[in-house]
Amino acid sequence: MAGSETPRPETSVGRRTVPLSATVEDARRLFGSDWATVVARAFRWMVFARSFDARMQGLQRQGRIGFYGAATGQEAVNVAVGLLSRPEDWIAPGLREQLVALVRGHPVSSYVDHLFANARDPALGRNMPCHPTARDVHYLSMSSVIGTQITHAVGLGYALRLRRDPGVVFAFFGDGATSANDFHAGLNFAGVWGVPVVFCLTNNQWAISQPVERQSATATLAEKAAAYGIAGRRVDGTDFFAVAEALRAAIGLAREQKLPSLLEFVVYRMTPHSTSDDPTRYQPPEFLAAAAAHDPLERLGDWMRANGLAKAAEVETVRADCDSEIRRAIESAEAVPPPDPESLFRDVRSPLPKERSRSQEVS
Amino acid sequence: MTELTLVQAVNRGLFEAMRQDPDVLLLGEDIGLNGGVFRATEGLQKEFGAERVIDTPLSECGIVGTAIGMALYGLKPIAEIQFMDFIYPAFDQIVSELAKFRYRSGGQYPCHVVIRTPYGGGIRGGLYHSQSTEAFFCHTAGLKVVVPSTPADAKGLLLTAVHDEDPVIFLEPKRIYRSVSGEVPEGDHRVPFGVARTAREGSDVSILAWGAMVPTSLEAAAKLADEGISAEVIDLRTLVPLDEAAVLASVEKTGRAVIVHEAARNAGFGAELAARIAEKALYSLRAPIARVTGYDTPFPYALEHLYLPTPERIESAAREAVRAG
Repeated sequence: MAGSETPRPETSVGRRTVPLSATVEDARRLFGSDWATVVARAFRWMVFARSFDARMQGLQRQGRIGFYGAATGQEAVNVAVGLLSRPEDWIAPGLREQLVALVRGHPVSSYVDHLFANARDPALGRNMPCHPTARDVHYLSMSSVIGTQITHAVGLGYALRLRRDPGVVFAFFGDGATSANDFHAGLNFAGVWGVPVVFCLTNNQWAISQPVERQSATATLAEKAAAYGIAGRRVDGTDFFAVAEALRAAIGLAREQKLPSLLEFVVYRMTPHSTSDDPTRYQPPEFLAAAAAHDPLERLGDWMRANGLAKAAEVETVRADCDSEIRRAIESAEAVPPPDPESLFRDVRSPLPKERSRSQEVS
Repeated sequence: MTELTLVQAVNRGLFEAMRQDPDVLLLGEDIGLNGGVFRATEGLQKEFGAERVIDTPLSECGIVGTAIGMALYGLKPIAEIQFMDFIYPAFDQIVSELAKFRYRSGGQYPCHVVIRTPYGGGIRGGLYHSQSTEAFFCHTAGLKVVVPSTPADAKGLLLTAVHDEDPVIFLEPKRIYRSVSGEVPEGDHRVPFGVARTAREGSDVSILAWGAMVPTSLEAAAKLADEGISAEVIDLRTLVPLDEAAVLASVEKTGRAVIVHEAARNAGFGAELAARIAEKALYSLRAPIARVTGYDTPFPYALEHLYLPTPERIESAAREAVRAG
């Protein structure tokens, strides 16, 4: 694979970011005595994601994968949920949360197999790219329909509570989803029932071409929680420490008291909606400038350099390490053939006794 | 054996399922304290508690969406949609999510939810308490579609649905909830999917029906017998999976097929049956395939007796088939 094929993310040397306000004491309070390791891991995953997004958008442009929806600008939220959730927890994802699955331990190679829709894809190439399933890390399978996963998360939360199991469900969706049926139904049921669900509303300020103010007349999206009798909070979703702090509180509420809450993470969509989108048609150029000042990766890197973690924040070193992992996964995935044609008919329904399967599967 | 009405048999089936397996739970509107608007869930909340018999807020997409989440965790939810006419807010959840979870996850997330819903006309329910839209669901790969017509089958098919591993749309013919009664086996009575029932044997014409149209077809068959026409009535019981072999065997024997359903004719499930017969038993046919169905209009209120297939309409279609050849 020639190195020149990889579109590099813009470098941010000389770019001014809004500084993070957390102190080392805050970091210690959030992550314990091991805080420096946790922060370094978070930074490593953010670099990984940035590199991964850039590389995959390039592969789509070259026609090597069919589609890609980058999460550039939203990494702090995904990494924080990945790091703060426990194995017994569940993820009901939207389009941009694959990083949560990876941080929770789903193999990068398996996700890349999915992007190539090859025979090794655990879901046998049935979905568009960026729609992986990862039961190994309790990551649900998503449809492309907006918001439907919100009610699933509530049902899962009900089941956890009924069985007296300790898990928490993280339901992800964007600002556009707050207009959809299932947002209302899901938050309403959650409030009435009392379920251990953290609603992670990643407000990246755009639903394809529509800015958030064309989506809702409320001043914030977090305030919608009041209508359902649940806690709601608006958080700077590009500030890793602010995200972690808000998540800690919401996870505590869910785990200890089996209560839901809505966290609105305000982030900036730094890339197009997907590889099928051209934001120059609708997005003012000022938006990207504001986004650059709120780049979660740069903000955390600057904080690390100011707080004695300069070595762990050396982007080029970390990136080189991530890139080789990504390159190996791509090389391997691209060599795998497409799924077996017979797999078209598998998993439509439960496996049937052999002698009856032929007529029943098509009936 | 106990003599029960169809709705009582549904109720006994639910009691049995909940007793058998602590993972079974019910959710829906007015099903707990009130016992359901048709009393199908009478007494269940008292017996099994409000955590397992859940009175939900009024939202069908919420009911089915949360049931899916419960099923993903391994519970066996049975959701009630109060009338089939109100299922559409949940249509997205059923078609986009429930039907596709197993497939799109490569088998990692089977999603077993049973959705019970009363369907059909004949109760003076007008446009929105009368429709039979089974075809929508038959058209969606991944769902099973079940329609009992007797009390014994209502219990037996329901218990099979609960123990199945796939999503099941369980359509209850509300018109005959109380007008039909029959012996129902006690305990864990199960009727397999994909096996049609010969409700009446005959040799001149095959009448294919399901749900509330089975007793109507039997009434027609009895009248036809008086005229010397021997009609066979096949109760399909499950539309998906379909007992195609039973349909073809009957049509090959009689050489004539009359398909009866309440739903509108255009693209109704009868069209699928007609196509299968044409594809696989055309050379056995002695007369054109006939369909006796609802009309291609919304379901009426004052004139519902004209809309619904009657024994007379079925008899006339059968007579014509016999006359044809």
